[in-house]
Amino acid sequence: MTPWVDVCSVDDLQPDSGVCALVDNLQVAIFYMPRESAVYALNNYDPIGKANVLSRGLIGDINGQPVVASPLYKQHFNLQTGVCLEDEAVTIPAYAIRIHNDRVEVNTRIMTADIAMDTTSSR
Amino acid sequence: MTVKQTLVVIGNGMVGQNFLTNLTASPIKDAFHIVTFCEESRPAYDRVHLSEFFAGKTAQELSLVEPGFFEQHDITIHIGDKASTIDRDAQTVTSAKGIVIHYDKLVLATGSYPFVPPVPGHDRPNCLVYRTIEDLEAMQSAAQSGKIGVVVGGGLLGLEAAKALKDLGLETHVVEFAPRLMAVQLDEAGGAMLRRKIEALGVTVHTGKNTSLITDGADCVNKMCFADGEELETDLILFSAGIRPRDDIARDCGLEVGARGGIVIDNQCRTSDKRIYAIGECALWNGMIYGLVAPGYAMARTVVADLAGGHPAASFTGADMSTKLKLMGVDVASIGDAHAKTQGAMVYTYQNGASEVYKRLVVSQDKKLLLGAVLVGDASGYGTLLQYCLNGIDLPENPDALILPARSDESVGLGPDALPMSAQICSCYDVTKDAVCQAIEAGCTTIGALKAQTKAATGCGGCAPLLKSVMNSELAKQGFTVNTDICEHFAYTRQDLYNLIMVEEIKTFDALLEKHGKGRGCDICKPAVGSILASYWNDYILKTEHLGLQDTNDTFLANMQKDGTYSVVPRITGGEISPDMLIALGQVGKKYKLYTKITGGQRVDLFGARVDQLPHIWKELIAAGFESGHAYGKSLRTVKSCVGSTWCRYGVDDSVGLAIELENRYKGLRSPHKIKFAVSGCTRECAEAQGKDVGVIATESGWNLYVCGNGGMKPRHADLFATSLDKATLIKYIDRFLSFYVRTADRLQRTSVWMENMEGGLDYLKSVIIEDKLGLCGQLELQMQHVIDTYQCEWKATIEDESKLKRFRHFINSDQADDNVVFVEERGQIRPADETERKHFTMVEVA
Ligand code: SRM
Ligand SMILES: Cc1cc2nc3c(=O)[nH]c(=O)nc-3n(C[C@H](O)[C@H](O)[C@H](O)COP(=O)(O)OP(=O)(O)OC[C@H]3O[C@@H](n4cnc5c(N)ncnc54)[C@H](O)[C@@H]3O)c2cc1C
Ligand code: SF4
Ligand code: FES
Repeated sequence: MTPWVDVCSVDDLQPDSGVCALVDNLQVAIFYMPRESAVYALNNYDPIGKANVLSRGLIGDINGQPVVASPLYKQHFNLQTGVCLEDEAVTIPAYAIRIHNDRVEVNTRIMTADIAMDTTSSR
Repeated sequence: MTVKQTLVVIGNGMVGQNFLTNLTASPIKDAFHIVTFCEESRPAYDRVHLSEFFAGKTAQELSLVEPGFFEQHDITIHIGDKASTIDRDAQTVTSAKGIVIHYDKLVLATGSYPFVPPVPGHDRPNCLVYRTIEDLEAMQSAAQSGKIGVVVGGGLLGLEAAKALKDLGLETHVVEFAPRLMAVQLDEAGGAMLRRKIEALGVTVHTGKNTSLITDGADCVNKMCFADGEELETDLILFSAGIRPRDDIARDCGLEVGARGGIVIDNQCRTSDKRIYAIGECALWNGMIYGLVAPGYAMARTVVADLAGGHPAASFTGADMSTKLKLMGVDVASIGDAHAKTQGAMVYTYQNGASEVYKRLVVSQDKKLLLGAVLVGDASGYGTLLQYCLNGIDLPENPDALILPARSDESVGLGPDALPMSAQICSCYDVTKDAVCQAIEAGCTTIGALKAQTKAATGCGGCAPLLKSVMNSELAKQGFTVNTDICEHFAYTRQDLYNLIMVEEIKTFDALLEKHGKGRGCDICKPAVGSILASYWNDYILKTEHLGLQDTNDTFLANMQKDGTYSVVPRITGGEISPDMLIALGQVGKKYKLYTKITGGQRVDLFGARVDQLPHIWKELIAAGFESGHAYGKSLRTVKSCVGSTWCRYGVDDSVGLAIELENRYKGLRSPHKIKFAVSGCTRECAEAQGKDVGVIATESGWNLYVCGNGGMKPRHADLFATSLDKATLIKYIDRFLSFYVRTADRLQRTSVWMENMEGGLDYLKSVIIEDKLGLCGQLELQMQHVIDTYQCEWKATIEDESKLKRFRHFINSDQADDNVVFVEERGQIRPADETERKHFTMVEVA
C-alpha cells in the first residue's frame, strides 16, 4: 500500500470551503471545517455535471451528514462516503485524509468506505 | 445454522434486478445463496428511459444497479454469460460458458425480444431493432452515414423510435400494417388525430402498409417494397413490430408455455414446476403477456413474498395497462377498456378539430362506472380518470363533464379526498394512498421525504402531481401549517433572519448560527445569510468569514459554465460603450481566446476562462477602465436603455444618461434575487422597461415608474407605480423600493413574485413607499445610502489582495490546469467539446 501523500499545509486549506489537489494524478477535492477540525477528501469530478468542480461547492450538513453541494446542479454528496443524497446510485470516490503535524495528507488507495476516518489532528 | 439454499435468477434485466433488490431488502435474503446470469455485457439498466441515451445519458447513468450492490449482498453475477439449458431432474442450470450450477429455486426473468417480421431481406445491413444499448449504438452509427430512416410499426415503441430517428437528423417515416397508429391503445378517431399531429411534426406516416421485400436501394442502402406495389428507399430500417417472450429455455426443459409463447405462471408466478418461477415479459399470466415494467415489478414482489412463506395476499392478480405518455410532444393516454369491449358499454366522445383534442370515455351500462378512456392532445385529465376507473368511484351524474373543456367556475377534478385509502397513487412502486398517508403521519412532510420513504414518484414520475395533491390535502387536514423555515438549520424565514441580523447587529454567519441555528449550515441558508450580511453591512464578500457562504459564482466572481470554466462580464452601464473600450475588450478576448457574445442584457460576455486565468483577465480589464458587472451575484444586473432623446427623433428624455446614473447608483447591491432595470426614452418602449423589476419611461411631463416586471420563466408585465416624476423623486422611490424588497422578500424571490405574494399587493406597496405608512422610509433611504457609499469593485479589491488570489488556481499543489477542459472551434470561436469530440478531435490550444 502506498504511503500517505503530503499535499499541503493546513494553512493552504480554505476554512469552511474547498480546494482541489493533484494526488497520484487524481483530482482530489479537500474540504475543511475548522470548528470540528474535520477534513474530507472526495474525487473532484461531478459525475452528474460531468466536470471537475466539486471543490468549488458549498459545504455544510443535511440531516447530520456532512455534505458538499455541487456548484453545477446542486446535488449533495456525503463528504465521508461520496454517496449522492438525491440519487444513491451515484457515488464518488471518497479518500482517506488526515492532518499530521499541520500537514494535510491524502491516501487515495484507501477509500473511506473501507476504514473508519482518521481525521484526528495532532494540533 | 441452517444451510443456505441456492437461488438462481436467469436474466438481469429490469425485472430480474428489481427482484434482486426486493429480495435483498427482505429478511429472507439470508436463506439464500444467490446466483444470476446476465447475458448482456452490463448489468440491468433502465430500458424505459432508453431513448435518453440519444440525449446524452450514458450507459452508466441508465444503470439500475447501485455500485457495489452484488458484492455487498454476496450475489454471484455472471456477466456476458447466457444460461443455455435447465436440467429439471438434476436441478441444474448450464451456461454458454460451461458453468453448471445446482439450484433449489429458479427464477426466469429472460424478458422478451423484438419481433422482426420474416420479410425477405429483413436481415440486410442497417435493419435494426430497439431494445438494448447496443441496438442504439448501431442506430447511431447507421444514422451517421444515412439520410432516411423508417420505423416498421406504429405502436408506442415505434413512435418513440421514430422520435429518436428524427432527433438523429434523419428524414423519418413510420410504416404501420394496421389501418391506424397505436392500434392497441387508440380507437380510429384517436389514431387519426394522433396521425395528423405526428405528421405536422414532419414524420411521414404510412398506414395499412404490408412490407413484402427489402432489397438494394438505388440512392439509399435499402429499398422497401410493399404489397400494394409502392416502394420506399431508406438507409435505416428499425423494426418495432411487437415483442415476443423469450421462453426457449423454458420450452426446452419441458415447462408449460402458451400457444403463442410465454411461460405459463399461476397467481404466485410459479411455472408448471413449483421450484421455478417466471416474472416479467417472459411470463404468461391468464393468457396475457405484460409489456410494461410495473406488472413485472408486481410479479417480482409476489415471488419474494412467496419465497418468504406464501403470505396469502401475496399473489399476482393482473395489472392495469393504462398508459400516458408524450409522443413527440403529443399527449396520448389510454385507460382500461379503451375499445369499449365490455358488454353494454356506452361511449362518450369529445372532439375539437381546431385545437386537435380527442377524448373518449367508456362507461358501464348504468353510467355509474368508468371502464376506459382515450385521450389525445390533452391528457391532463388522466390522473383523475384513472382513479375513477381503478377504484370504481361513482361517476358524476353527467359523465361527459369529465371530458368537456372546463367552463369557468365548475371544477370536475377529483379531489384527493375522494380517493379511497386503497387507491393506488404510484403504479410503478405500488404505493397506495394509505401508505402515503402513513408516511405523512410518520413525519414525511415534503415531496422529497415522501419519495425517499415510499418510493412513490421515483419511477416514471407520472404520479408526481397526484402525490403532491394528496400530500397537500393530508397536511392541511392534519392542521399542518406549511413550513416556512428557510432550511433545517434555522427555524426562521429569510425576513426573520434579516430582522435578527439588523436588530442584534450580527456580522457573521457563525455568530448567527450559534445564537439562532443548529448544525453547520447548507447551500440554502449560507448564501441567503451571505446575501443579507452583504446587503446590510456591505462588507467585501470574500472576507475570510464570508467566503464559505458564497455560491461558486460569488466566490470566484464569475459565472461557472457547464465544463467548470467561467464567464467574464464587465459592467457596460446602460449598454453604452466607446470604440476604445470595445477594442480593449476585444483585445482581452483575443489574448485569452475567449468566446465572446453579446448578451440579452446589452453587454458582452466572455466565456471559457479557466479559474487561474480570471485574475489575469480582470487585471487587464480593470487597467482598461472596466469594473465588475456582478453577473455572478444576486444583485443588480443591467440597466438596459434605448438611445433616447439624444439621437432618436421621438425621444422625450435622455434615457441613456438616466440608465447610466441608475446603474452606477445601485451596482453591487446584494438582494434576494437578481434585479434588472431598463429606461426607455418614450412610450415606444424600445428598452422593454415594462418587463423589468424596475422600469422607467420618459414622458413629456416627467418619468413614469414601473415596478415588479419579469421576463424569464414566468413573464409578468410591470405595474405602473407612479407617474410624471422628477428625477430626485424617482430616485427616492427606487431607493425605498429596493431597500424594502431586500428586507422583506424571500430567498430567490424576484420582485414580481414578492409583490404577488404580498398582502394588499400594489396598493400596499404604494402606501409604504409613497405615503410612508410604516414610517420606514427614512430608514430605507439611509440603508441604501450606506450601500452606495461603501461600494467597491469586488474584482479590483481581489486583484489587489495577494492572499485572495491564492484561491484562483485549479490545484492547490500544482500549476497544471484541469485536463478535462477541452475546447473545439465553431464559427471561428471556441466552445466546450462534447463527449465524443473529447475523444476524437484535436484540441484548440488556449493561451
Ligand atoms: C448571458 C445571458 C444570456 C445571453 O447570452 O444573452 C444569460 C445567462 C444566464 N442566465 Fe439569464 N442571461 C441573460 C439575460 C437574461 C434575460 C434578458 C434580460 O436581462 O433582459 C432574462 C429575462 C429577463 C428577466 O430576468 O426578467 C434572463 C432570465 C434568466 C432567468 C429567469 C429569471 C426569472 O425570474 O424567471 C434565469 C434563472 C434564474 O435566475 O433563476 C437566468 C439564468 C441565467 C444563468 C445564470 C444560468 C446559469 O445558472 O448558468 C446564465 C448565466 C450567464 C453567465 O454565465 O454569464 N436568466 N436572462 C444574459 C446575460 C445578461 C447580462 O448581461 O447580464
Ligand atoms: C425503448 C423502450 C421503451 C420502453 N418504455 C416503457 C415505458 O415507458 N413504460 C413501461 O412500463 N415499459 C416500457 N418498456 C418495456 C420495459 O422495458 C420492459 O417491460 C422491461 O424491461 C421488462 O423487464 P424484463 O426484466 O422482463 O426484461 P428485460 O429488461 O428485457 O430483461 C431480460 C434480460 O434477460 C436477459 N436474458 C434473456 N435470456 C437469458 C438467458 N438465457 N441467460 C441470461 N440472460 C438472459 C436479456 O439479455 C435481458 O438483459 C420499454 C421498452 C423499450 C425497449
Ligand atoms: S435562456 Fe437558458 S440557456 Fe439561454 S442563457 Fe438563459 S439560462 Fe442559459
Ligand atoms: S407511477 Fe411511475 S413513478 Fe409513480
